[in-house]
Parts: sequence; C-alpha cells; structure tokens
Amino acid sequence: MPVEHKTVAATGNNMVAEAMRQCAPDVVAAYPITPQTTIVEEFARYVAQGKVRTEYVTTESEHSAMSACIGASAAGARVMTATCGPGLAMMWEMLYIASGMRLPIVMLNTNRALSAPINIHCDHSDVMGARDAGWILLFAETAQEAYDNTIMSIRVAEDPDVLLPVMSCLDGFITTHSIDRAQTMDDESVGAFVGDYTPQNALLDADNPVSHGNFAGLGGPYFEFKRSQRIAMDRSKSVIERVGAEFAELSGRPFGLIETDMMDDAEVAIVVIGSSAGNVRHVAKQMRAEGVKAGLVKVRCFRPFPAAELAAALSGMKAVAVLDRSESFGAEGGPLFMETRSALYDLERRVPVVNYIYGLGGSDVRLDLIRSVYTDLSDIAAGGEVPAGLHYLGAR
Amino acid sequence: MANLRELTHREDRLEGGHRLCAGCGASIAVRQILLGAGTDPVVAGCATSCLEVSTSIYPYSSWKTPFIHSAFENAAATISGVEAAFKGLKAAGKIPADKKMKFVAFGGDGGTYDIGLQSLSGAMERGHDMVYVCYDNGAYMNTGIQRSSATPKGAWATTAEVGVAQQGKTQKRKDLTSIIAAHGVPYVAQGSISHWKDLTSKAEKAFAVDGPAFLNVLATCPRGWRSAYNKSVEHAKLGVQTGYWPLFEVEQGEWKLSSPCKALVKTGRKPIEEFLKPQGRFRHLLKPENAELLAEVQADVDAYWEYLLKRCGE
Ligand SMILES: Cc1ncc(C[n+]2csc(CCOP(=O)(O)OP(=O)(O)O)c2C)c(N)n1
Ligand code: SF4
Ligand SMILES: [Mg+2]
Repeated sequence: MPVEHKTVAATGNNMVAEAMRQCAPDVVAAYPITPQTTIVEEFARYVAQGKVRTEYVTTESEHSAMSACIGASAAGARVMTATCGPGLAMMWEMLYIASGMRLPIVMLNTNRALSAPINIHCDHSDVMGARDAGWILLFAETAQEAYDNTIMSIRVAEDPDVLLPVMSCLDGFITTHSIDRAQTMDDESVGAFVGDYTPQNALLDADNPVSHGNFAGLGGPYFEFKRSQRIAMDRSKSVIERVGAEFAELSGRPFGLIETDMMDDAEVAIVVIGSSAGNVRHVAKQMRAEGVKAGLVKVRCFRPFPAAELAAALSGMKAVAVLDRSESFGAEGGPLFMETRSALYDLERRVPVVNYIYGLGGSDVRLDLIRSVYTDLSDIAAGGEVPAGLHYLGAR
Repeated sequence: MANLRELTHREDRLEGGHRLCAGCGASIAVRQILLGAGTDPVVAGCATSCLEVSTSIYPYSSWKTPFIHSAFENAAATISGVEAAFKGLKAAGKIPADKKMKFVAFGGDGGTYDIGLQSLSGAMERGHDMVYVCYDNGAYMNTGIQRSSATPKGAWATTAEVGVAQQGKTQKRKDLTSIIAAHGVPYVAQGSISHWKDLTSKAEKAFAVDGPAFLNVLATCPRGWRSAYNKSVEHAKLGVQTGYWPLFEVEQGEWKLSSPCKALVKTGRKPIEEFLKPQGRFRHLLKPENAELLAEVQADVDAYWEYLLKRCGE
C-alpha cells in the first residue's frame, strides 16, 4: 500500500506526540517540564481518547520516570519518554544505567538550558552533559525532522545489533512550540516501518528467569561490559544510516548523519546542530549572492559522532566555524568544536577551525550574528589571522 | 494461610550460596516473604544494598525468579515500570489477558526511609499492583554502618559516633510504616523475621490485594548491631517483645495489632534494655552516666506503643 502523506501545520511537540502515538509504545513513563510539557499532555490525551493503548505512568519525578522506563524496558516492553534540561540532569544516574543494561528506550529531549540562573529556553547544555552516557543522540532542525527522528529512533534502538537507548532532541520553544508546515504518514505505514519489538531476556518471561543489573565489581567484567557498549555504539552508525535510507524511501526525505548544504564548491563553512541551521542556511545563501562561497554542515547525529563524514565534508575548506549551543567551561571550546577539530586532525592539510558559543539560555541567534561569523571566516580564508580563543557570539 | 508443612514444599525463590553474612536477617525476610507469594510467577526488584550486592554477583544470581536491580533510590519506581509493562503488554494482546504475575521490590532502610522515599511514595500513590518490602536493619550496612532515619535513637553508627560530645544517634526513628499507611494503600504491615507465621501470612495478604502493599520488616544485621550471628532471630524477637518493633497491619485503612503484640497488651512488654543489651551498638547507652538517655529511649518506645494501641482501638 502506498504511503499516505498528510500535510499539517503543527509544532515540533505536536509532531513528536503524533510520532509517539504511531510508534505505539507499550509503556510511557514521564514527568512534565517546560518546554516538553505539551508532548506529555498531548500523549495523555491520546491515551484518554483511546487513540493509543499505552500504559502511561505519571511518575513523581524524572528520576522515577527513567527508573520506570528501565523496569518496563527490562520487562520486555517498547518504552518511550520525554524530558529536558533539569529533568534530564535529574535522570543522569539512570541514563548510564539504561545504556549499561542495553535497554532500547527512546526519549525525546526538548533541549533546555540548565540552572542557575533558572532559564526555560533553548540550549544544548542538557544533552551535551549526557553525551558520554552511552545514548545515541539525534538532533532535529525542524518539526518535520523531530517527527522523522522519533520514528527512526525506535528502529535504531531496537535493532539487535544495537540495543542502546536513543535520545531524539529538538530545540526547546524554537522547534517545540513554533508552528511549522510538516508531513505525517499514515498509521499503518509507520506501524509497518517500526515493526513489532521482540525483546531479549525479558523479565516477564518467567519461564526463563534472568537477573538484570547484577554486581560486576571486585574484578568482575565491568570493563568488558563497557567495551561491548562501545562496540554496539560503533555498530549503530551503519544501522542508523541503513534505517535512515529506508526511512527516506518511505518518506521521500533524505537522512544522513550530517547534512551538507552548498558544500560542493564552498570555501568557508559553518558546522551547527539543531534549529539554528535554518538561519545559517539563510545567511549562507545571502553570502553567496555577495560572492562568498559559503556552505553549511548540519550534524544530525552526535553519538555516534560522524567524524569521518565531517572530515570528508570539511577537508577542502579554507576556514570552518563551529557553533556550540553549550559550554564546556574550562575546555578548549564547546563539545561540537572539540570533536569536530579532533575529526580534522588526521587530514593532510590543516583546516583552520574557530569556535563560537551562541544562544545559551535561548539568547537570540540573529542573522547579523551569523553573518559576522561568515565574515570572520572570509577574513581567515583571505589570509587573515585565525581569531584566538573562543567567542561568545552576540553576548552583550 | 498455608501451614508450615505446605510452606516447606514451596520452592525457595532465593537460593542459598549468596554472600550475605552468616546470620543476616535480610535473606530470612526475603525467603519468608516470597513463600507468601504463592505459586504465581514473581518478578523481584532490589535496591542497591547488602541484599543486592550479595545475591547478584555476576555471572551468578541467587534469584530463581526474574530479578532486577537498577539503583539505590528507585526500587519502587523500577518495579512499578515492570508492572506497567505487564499491563501494557496485556493491553496490546502480547500477554494473555488471564496471565497472573506478582511484582515485589526489596529495599533496605536506607533505600526506603531515606533516599528512596520519594520513589516509594510515588509508586504507592499511583496504585501499581506491587508489594514493596523494606528490610529494616537500622543503618546503611552495605557502606559500613552509617546512620539512617531508621536508626534507633542512641545507637552507635559510623556517622553517629560515641564520644564525650555525643552518645550515638541523637534523633528518633522515622515512623515510615505510618507514613505509607497515610497513602491509603490497601495493605500495610509491620513484621519481623522472628515471627515467620505472622510475616508469611502478612506477605500472603500483601500479594493478594489488588494494588500496592507495603511491608516493613525488622531484619537483624549482626555485623552492624554488633550482635551474635547465631542469635539473629532471638534478637529480632526481643525487638517485638520490648515494643521497639510492634507487629501490626493496616488493612483497607483498618489498623490491627497482630496477635503476638495483642498478647503483650496483657502480659506487658519487656523493658527496652532487653533489646539493647545483646547489641554492641547500644553498649554506651547502658552505662550509668547515660541513664537519662536510656529513660528517654524507653519513653519513646512507650509513646509509640500508646499511639499504636490508640490507632488499633486497643
Ligand atoms: C545514589 C547513591 N548514593 C549512595 C550509594 C551508596 N550506597 C549503596 S548501598 C548504601 C546503603 C544501603 O543501606 P540500606 O538501604 O539500609 O541497606 P543495607 O545495606 O543496610 O542492607 C549506600 C549508602 C549508592 N549506591 N547510590
Ligand atoms: S552487614 Fe549486616 S545486612 Fe549486610 S550482609 Fe552482613 S549481616 Fe547482612
Ligand atoms: Mg540498612
């Protein structure tokens, strides 16, 4: 049966809640936090209306939400949840437990700043703080990508070669709350794409009792378990690409670990994650009209990190700027910068890379700020000095 | 309830050969309680604790039933997720609608009274069909006998030391059983490893009710109590007989003193010293210079007993 596409005007959170409903999780355990709330509210409505038959667990905290997800996933259920910012931070201990127990939980994260001072707006400090927690990390630029990533996440997480949790991220308010034009697919097509989940070592299979979460200290195989997580994470890369390609065939929307735009003849490029790619693309086009060979690389998958893909895309650049929407206080730069520059280290030719911290706590990412980055890059490309240190883009 | 002969024919779901200390009350509590689960399959959860680290050392497991440990503070939330999965998979038709299973979480006093209280409260309030068991040994034993909010007043602990400026823990115990009873869940009870019949029948009731149930069980820790490992059951019994650990249940909101304690109403309780004497953690309390503190401890026990009699309509 051909896929039925429906064009809708929807927020990112609407799209995510719809995708969750279509993925038909057996259990959702979640706790509300701005700007994730409309996801869990909408999902709760679907449950109440009988539009999805999920067991919806309204926990008393994010810590318990992730704990219940862990129990449910170990029990053998398909499990989804959503959080952000302080909620994700509160889950921190449990994030490592979910990945260490190899549980294919899918979590939406509506990227939000961390306190203090308290701030409900977008940045990537929350998810970047969890970047080493053993979760696959996908990022959306738009409501459409948030929908697509959610559906793909289920397939990636549950793939027997992966069995890792996936965090599918969208930018708080910017993507979660803006109404955008997007397409949904019909329930049957999504249902067939995600398929049924066949759990391994399920707790509810009482005829074959297993113990989960055992003690592996005292010279036990902890170290080897960690290596097996590393292997699974490395293996997930080709699975993500394969699932992305299958999804592209279904949806007509291409997916890559990175997305390159105007890079064929580009001389200078900006590397960015999430919603800001829209503004960067817009400015890159303007710059091109003015004769600057500007390009853009958007990172859609941060874990596993697409190092080879970035190196290939950026190897010919005269100058590269990495935009980080999170801090790594005291480090050489933001996390995306550090990993991108490291990805370029083995290239024959040294590519100058500069780092800009931007948009913390939802601070505006204006077009003139992006333009100033491309202007800096043009200067460097023309033989100017690489500006030393990291730059706070637009800080007053 | 099943009689002793029947119980002895039931399969133990916690196997011997675990690494708990000799005389540890935790495994006694678990085995007595799991006997009360009947023949339905049981999924057991456990908080990080002596019980957990001693029964699940990879690649071994003492659990002959599906088992999950995830962290210290969240055994209730974790098992609530397992129970939710059971419901969700039933609703999806992936598990037969008539299939029966039981869900139980075990936690120590630290994992229950302190760090796991919120998780427990949430799970109780949400109404999961699960049993939560706290085995109360009165301190964080796994990490080396630090005080918890269940540690009795005056007890020595490694973070409630005894010296010229302080005589052990200065605060009273938290009355967790009443707190959980206040959640209005269908079944709450206090039991002790020394009263197997009482405890197993309470476990049977806890597993039988539809909805959340909570059992708080006195479980001797000879290592932390500084007591003889071959007298653990006797020492717990003294806890009951002195009124330090009254046995009671709250069934659908109705408070009832259990029969071993009903008997005490008539015969009178033993003085609290009887419970304290065999335990090295109270040695300082029995010195003449601490007579006042000892009297305070006795007064606390008396006050709790009176409170309980009132609640139970005795
Ligand atoms: C978040 C967290 N904090 C602290 C610890 C360290 N810890 C592990 S077990 C434990 C004490 C357990 O005490 P209790 O629950 O009373 O069980 P017991 O060992 O006495 O049986 C502590 C403090 C931990 N594992 N996790
Ligand atoms: S320290 Fe206490 S609670 Fe822990 S295993 Fe030994 S006796 Fe049991
Ligand atoms: Mg304890």
